[in-house]
Amino acid sequence: MKQLLILSGKGGTGKTTVAGAFIKLSNVNAYADCDIDAPNLHLIMQQKSKPENSDYYGLDKAVIDKDKCIECNLCYENCRFDAIKNDDGYKVNIFDCEGCGVCKAVCPASAITLMPYKAGDMILFRGYQVFSTAELKMGSGNSGMLVTEVKKNMKLASKEEFAIIDGSPGIGCPVIASISGVTMVLIVAEPSLSGISDMKRIIETANKFNTKLAVCVNKYDTNIENNEKIKQFCQNEKIDFVGQIPFDKKAVEAVNNGLTM
Amino acid sequence: MPIIYIYNLLLAYVINMEGIMRIAIPVDDGNVCVSFGRTPYFMLYDTENNESSFINNSAANSQGGAGIKAAQIIVDNNADVLITPRCGQNAAEVLIAANVKIYKALNNSIEENLNGFKNDKLNILTELHSGFHGDRGR
Amino acid sequence: MVTGEDKMKIAVLSGKGGTGKTFVSVNLTFVAENSNYIDCDVEEPNGHLYFKPEILKREKIYEKIPQIDKERCKGCRKCVEFCKFNALAHIKDNILVFEEICHSCGGCMLLCPEKAISEKDKEIGEIQEGVFNNSNIYTGSLNPGEETGVSIIKRLLMKANNKPYTFIDCPPGSSCSVMESIKDVDYCILVAEPTLFGVHNFNMVYDLVKLFDKPFGAVLNKCLDGENPAEDFCNKKNIKILCKIPFEHQLGKLNSNAEIASEKNEKYKNLFSSLLKTIKGEFE
Repeated sequence: MKQLLILSGKGGTGKTTVAGAFIKLSNVNAYADCDIDAPNLHLIMQQKSKPENSDYYGLDKAVIDKDKCIECNLCYENCRFDAIKNDDGYKVNIFDCEGCGVCKAVCPASAITLMPYKAGDMILFRGYQVFSTAELKMGSGNSGMLVTEVKKNMKLASKEEFAIIDGSPGIGCPVIASISGVTMVLIVAEPSLSGISDMKRIIETANKFNTKLAVCVNKYDTNIENNEKIKQFCQNEKIDFVGQIPFDKKAVEAVNNGLTM
Repeated sequence: MPIIYIYNLLLAYVINMEGIMRIAIPVDDGNVCVSFGRTPYFMLYDTENNESSFINNSAANSQGGAGIKAAQIIVDNNADVLITPRCGQNAAEVLIAANVKIYKALNNSIEENLNGFKNDKLNILTELHSGFHGDRGR
Repeated sequence: MVTGEDKMKIAVLSGKGGTGKTFVSVNLTFVAENSNYIDCDVEEPNGHLYFKPEILKREKIYEKIPQIDKERCKGCRKCVEFCKFNALAHIKDNILVFEEICHSCGGCMLLCPEKAISEKDKEIGEIQEGVFNNSNIYTGSLNPGEETGVSIIKRLLMKANNKPYTFIDCPPGSSCSVMESIKDVDYCILVAEPTLFGVHNFNMVYDLVKLFDKPFGAVLNKCLDGENPAEDFCNKKNIKILCKIPFEHQLGKLNSNAEIASEKNEKYKNLFSSLLKTIKGEFE
């Protein structure tokens, strides 16, 4: 399966808008939204079928059995993350707990267990088109692995030869996980100083994977000078500069009406 | 990091290629798996008797540090060589500390890679990617 | 009831990046005067670019990382097996420690039957304390490559000392870092932009502040004529709209030059003074 991944480095450059437009124009039948901290693609891709949801489990979290607890305070003393409080009984704060297992190890009464904790939802639309995405629950880490699962879900559900993936901003774990195994990465840049700096960083990250790279600039006419800088940079680095998109209020209108460009 | 690449290369030249080798390959669905750390299985191939066995990769479900755990499994199973499309820096550190040589897979065919290895056609893996480790704050 | 003598801690957050968190928190700090500004976006701290504060103190922040005494280690592997994060490996009588993966839980050290594990400090970032006029400016920054800034944020928030107002500029999103930033605040300002994407992410922080039971209000930024999905969302959910900031080119320009709008332009000074008053009113 050939996969086109759309990334940006900086948030707000128009990644999802471009991805949505490409998906519509190319009539591709398999696509995914890997921006699992804040998935947005579904807002402009009107899905008719009902999705299949499955649970995604992250790190286990500690749970204290009140009946067995002898209130020795050892768990509280040894928790490095301030996740345990004595508030009418010893309790673990799910958001602070990192699942390290220290409390369980020090508890003399075996009152603490590590339980699977649902960290997110995997969502798969399977109709004429296959659309795979996920949503990470608040405060969960581990987004890299969930991104890999989203892509896997899409590949398993579809026999298509070509797919488009909407990636996430930044250069961290979820982005790296999304790059692995794709055929080509398209970077949507914006012509601002921070936009250029972030574009360079995402190019550096993507280069480590030997994938094909291309760059396009969105809202290019907001700063023609910077747009030229980007073109020059691409020429020097031998990266394909595939186009520039003008700023258009209509884009905002379209998005707000749940439509692609 | 450069030192790891150099060390890996040195190992390759120093150890006798004709010797008995246990070769590990990440496999998935009859093919070489794209990921090392999260492959469902490893195939272990013994050049002495041409036999292969499969071991489960318990690292596949780890939240983070999957590569490190997978490397520990490979080492504990006495592999001498790993053939993989990709490998992370952390996993490589573990493997190299155990004198396991890492080769880059040619393609996703297990057979072609094994033959490639026997005929000296495989290259040492030099591109090591940084960790995908599960994040905690973002 | 919070009286005028109390100290108010106000967090500024948004789901989506780029909506104007720093813009709002910096300007509120400016008009409030004699306040604390704490930049909890330790991965990309920006507030200091506007204040250009005079730096008075720098403090390095450390995490504890295990180190193994080879002489004492008997290779039992209890540490390797215990580590939920796979940060340890046992190869040929050596325990390898992978520092970036280690969560500093201290478990391996506790469990080692030979007491072969001790801890060393690893620097993960820095806190800078400075002044701007009569306000204190606290900036946290995480060293690139480090995983999480939560411990830096914890230290930063201890600095919320005796000033009537403390404004906390939060990281984007609704992750652990954001949760840590708003833990002990008295009020949350949610900044939204008028797009469907903005609203979708605004919903996430809305859920977060409700979960933490914090009083909150919304500031709608970059408002254009026509439909405003963020406004519709607030009306639907009965969220108080504290202020609507129009999308204006001159504002964009001031911002891109890291200038404090309220300092350079009377109009914005009035806008933010009025916003501050509205927030005060939430407590009376």
